[in-house]
Amino acid sequence: MYNYPDSTGHFGPYGGIYVAETLMGALEELNQAYEKYRRDPEFIAELNYDLKHFVGRPSPIYHAKRWSEQLGGAQIYLKREDLNHTGAHKVNNTVGQALLARRMGKPRVIAETGAGQHGVATATVAARYGMECVVYMGSEDIQRQSPNVFRMKLLGATVVPVESGSKTLKDALNEAMRDWVTNIENTFYIIGTVAGPHPYPMMVRDFNAIVSKECVVQMPELAGRQPDAVIACVGGGSNAMGVFYSYIDMPGVKLIGVEAGGHGIASGSHAAPLTTNSPVGVLHGNKTYLMQDEDGQIIETHSISAGLDYPGVGPEHSWLKDSGRAEYVAINDDEALRAFHDLCRFEGIIPALESSHALAHAAKIAPTMGKDKVLLVNLSGRGDKDINTVAKLKGITL
Amino acid sequence: MSRIQTTFDKLKQHKRKALIPFFTAGDPNPALTVPLLHALVEAGADIIELGVPFSDPMADGPTIQRASERALRHHVGLHHVLDMVAEFRRSNAETPIVLMGYGNPIEAMGWEKFSRRCAETGVDGVLTVDFPPEESHEAFAHLTMHGIDPIFLLAPTSTDARVARVAKQARGYVYYVSLKGVTGAGHLDLDAIAQKIPQLRKYIQLPVGVGFGIRDAATALAVAKLCDGVVVGSRIVQEIENSTEQNVVANVGKLVRELRLAVDQA
Repeated sequence: MYNYPDSTGHFGPYGGIYVAETLMGALEELNQAYEKYRRDPEFIAELNYDLKHFVGRPSPIYHAKRWSEQLGGAQIYLKREDLNHTGAHKVNNTVGQALLARRMGKPRVIAETGAGQHGVATATVAARYGMECVVYMGSEDIQRQSPNVFRMKLLGATVVPVESGSKTLKDALNEAMRDWVTNIENTFYIIGTVAGPHPYPMMVRDFNAIVSKECVVQMPELAGRQPDAVIACVGGGSNAMGVFYSYIDMPGVKLIGVEAGGHGIASGSHAAPLTTNSPVGVLHGNKTYLMQDEDGQIIETHSISAGLDYPGVGPEHSWLKDSGRAEYVAINDDEALRAFHDLCRFEGIIPALESSHALAHAAKIAPTMGKDKVLLVNLSGRGDKDINTVAKLKGITL
Repeated sequence: MSRIQTTFDKLKQHKRKALIPFFTAGDPNPALTVPLLHALVEAGADIIELGVPFSDPMADGPTIQRASERALRHHVGLHHVLDMVAEFRRSNAETPIVLMGYGNPIEAMGWEKFSRRCAETGVDGVLTVDFPPEESHEAFAHLTMHGIDPIFLLAPTSTDARVARVAKQARGYVYYVSLKGVTGAGHLDLDAIAQKIPQLRKYIQLPVGVGFGIRDAATALAVAKLCDGVVVGSRIVQEIENSTEQNVVANVGKLVRELRLAVDQA
């Protein structure tokens, strides 16, 4: 039985608690609260109620028949996390953490966001539960994802632009950490991915694991069996951990994580620390594969999708890579865009650019497989937020 | 005996408190780092905390973050910082130097090589902000093997159990973070410090330095009365930021002399 992390928050050599002393007390408090409530029937019942009635779970699985036929190989099934309330898997986790925050007596929540999906999901639950909400977002991402910025504001959140560093997700995370250390008594930091110090990688995974728990039941009903491979995009890696988790102990099911290849691995302009075997390092509270230069300075990354534009990766993915349980590949911007358009035209679904990376890899391997083979892709979010980016690439102003 | 211990012993004999200025190596440019180190010593610094630039200084406020960005524009990495210490040591054999920064540049170099280079170049202590005792046992074993003191942070939120744990691993001195927040924030609570220090002394035999939020001579004096050493960082970095390359050494020297006078009244 797969049983990670260990009691100190390590996945093999990865993970851990690499933060300043000032945060250690808060992390201990969070760890104790999470250990208590994850087993508390009342907490679980309230979480399940909101996942069903507020989020709309279970999300369906959809057989992309026309697209599979077009590709001429394996059958592609899509786990429709894009149909969740707020349009992505992120809300699975924010509902869980917000309920935890409430039980811990924290009236204020903060979050970092890249594509804006986690920010929207946090602003949504903050409104739902009557909490103050501050979201940190890199100013470059604010440009790229303006519809999501406005959604957060509609939901009553304060969006703080982050101008430091590369002005993207990692800098937003730095700024959120600074807020947390300053306002530790009344503030709960809702981290949006399976990174950060322990217990975040475990907790965010657990809240997203509902995705694969449903798949394990739904796939036999719909496809007559479990998939040959499960495919998900990986930035920090929360949707991938969610859809992988219940399959880890099923050795017949391949797990494939798809990183952002950006302008191509050879260009150096990408966000694929696992695929490129980047050196192991420490950032944002955990040890993991990390894009960095020889001096240990973090490198600025590139991806067409803001949600994948991150130099590190959740420590559990580093462990799944080393242990050989999952494999990691990269998909370039242009390949992801092609899959984005194909899904729009063949299936009537506008996917998020993040999820389009997973779709593109499915499109790449499906033709090499028999028609009786089954691929399950986590369609982690919908693409409405990306229409400005795609329009701009086509020279269209909306 | 380590240079840090010798320094504190001497201060104790003379009933004086340590003045521990901080600035980031390579800021405003690498050629000024060694002159600034000497200027700090002349102005009365007892120990110097030299910041190692990092791209993602999560525990620092905007002032020290900008210092890192200025240094990184000159591509100042860990091995440059070590070379700067070696150059400083050619004409100063007494003043302890503590490297302060984040763990990743050291991870990239490797702890064994880093610890050896520290010993060779004359570094006395190392403080890695994001390596709490839980994660630093193996890493810091390399430091102590080479006679380098691992310096630990303690915070207002540190429980008795955590203070006791740090007491076992710490060498040199312990750095008490005097407020909840990042470096350079402005809401220092003297009463809270006065209450916390006795809790630390129950477990910690080493000298206790206090820093974060000490912005002027009056505060430096008030804090010095409560502990063994006063760390001033953001205020000095701000002086560097507001100076020209021509007058920065003189301006920083003047500021540190004022702080020295204040601390010596404690």
